[in-house]
Amino acid sequence: MDVVNQLQRQFLDYSASLHREGFLDDQFTQLQKLQDENSPDFVVEVASLFFEDCEKLINNMARALEQQGVDFKQVDASVHQLKGSSSSIGAMRVKNVCIAFRSFCEAQNREGCLRCLQQVTHEYSLLKNKLQTLFRLEQQILAAGGSVPAIE
Amino acid sequence: MEAAAAADVLPSGSSQELHVLAVDDSYVDRKVIEKLLKISSCKVTAVESGARALQFLGLDGEKGSLGFDGLKVNLIMTDYSMPGMTGYELLKKIKRSSAFREIPVVIMSSENILTRIDSCLEEGAEEFLVKPVKLSDVRRLMKDCVMRGETEGNNAGRRVDKRKFEDDNHTSSLSSSSSLTPSPPSTTAPFGGDVATSELVSSSPPHSSKRAKLHDGD
Repeated sequence: MDVVNQLQRQFLDYSASLHREGFLDDQFTQLQKLQDENSPDFVVEVASLFFEDCEKLINNMARALEQQGVDFKQVDASVHQLKGSSSSIGAMRVKNVCIAFRSFCEAQNREGCLRCLQQVTHEYSLLKNKLQTLFRLEQQILAAGGSVPAIE
Repeated sequence: MEAAAAADVLPSGSSQELHVLAVDDSYVDRKVIEKLLKISSCKVTAVESGARALQFLGLDGEKGSLGFDGLKVNLIMTDYSMPGMTGYELLKKIKRSSAFREIPVVIMSSENILTRIDSCLEEGAEEFLVKPVKLSDVRRLMKDCVMRGETEGNNAGRRVDKRKFEDDNHTSSLSSSSSLTPSPPSTTAPFGGDVATSELVSSSPPHSSKRAKLHDGD
């Protein structure tokens, strides 16, 4: 039981830090609350979809920004989509970069867009690592016979 | 957390689940809305585009109008910004069809733009939800839809109510999202972006719809 307690505390601490540091917002907690016996992997599945989305959209943006004549509307469309998904999963930092990114698209500022692209790529990989750590902790708790504590 | 069962508010003796058609081009959003609806005891069909939605309803010109498995659709929830056919265009098509105009349509959008909300409500949308959609939004919709089903259908009257009255406290009417003070002129950015949102600081109507909520950074 001690191992379980330790792991549970680790999980809660880690989760709290992700929120504190702005990686996740309340929407992520909402998703965790939706997870139940009927869909025990719901959050992991949504996260996977989100990361697939990120990769696809980031590639689209990169390609569009590489063009001689950049089609900023196209870039913006991808950023808009990414902003939407990040908002839906509670990926706050990614979402915030998207907001800035859209302004640069509107201003047709290629340099600004490229900087944002770099930032969004960075935030996405940071988040991916952190969520993988979080999910791993969950698995460890379950493997040790415990239950994952609910976040409030 | 207790499941907000649509079944809880259905008249006793009824074992019917609401069948919701969800339309969204985003995988993530489809998955989330599907879960929200399932947890609320609804049957869900989630499709990725307006075209697919029309196909499912049988409005694409093909024969057969009850959907692939013959299930009646009780509610349509659609994203606004989708490539190809927007949620607004889908809404119009549905409201202009004699077979399906009775089905309530709810628009979901990540952008809180008054002119957009107005046009959707004007075309007959029941509600305009700002994303991300929460469980409390879905619960409220379930209640409104079911109560709506119990009263005599009187679409024409409801449409007038939506646009004119601000102090409407009827829980059965769905005019909460439309009780607006006159909207300020919205400046549309080149890509119809978030510019207008910063002007939206309306006081929330008592039945506060998501529309009135300020989003950080938006």
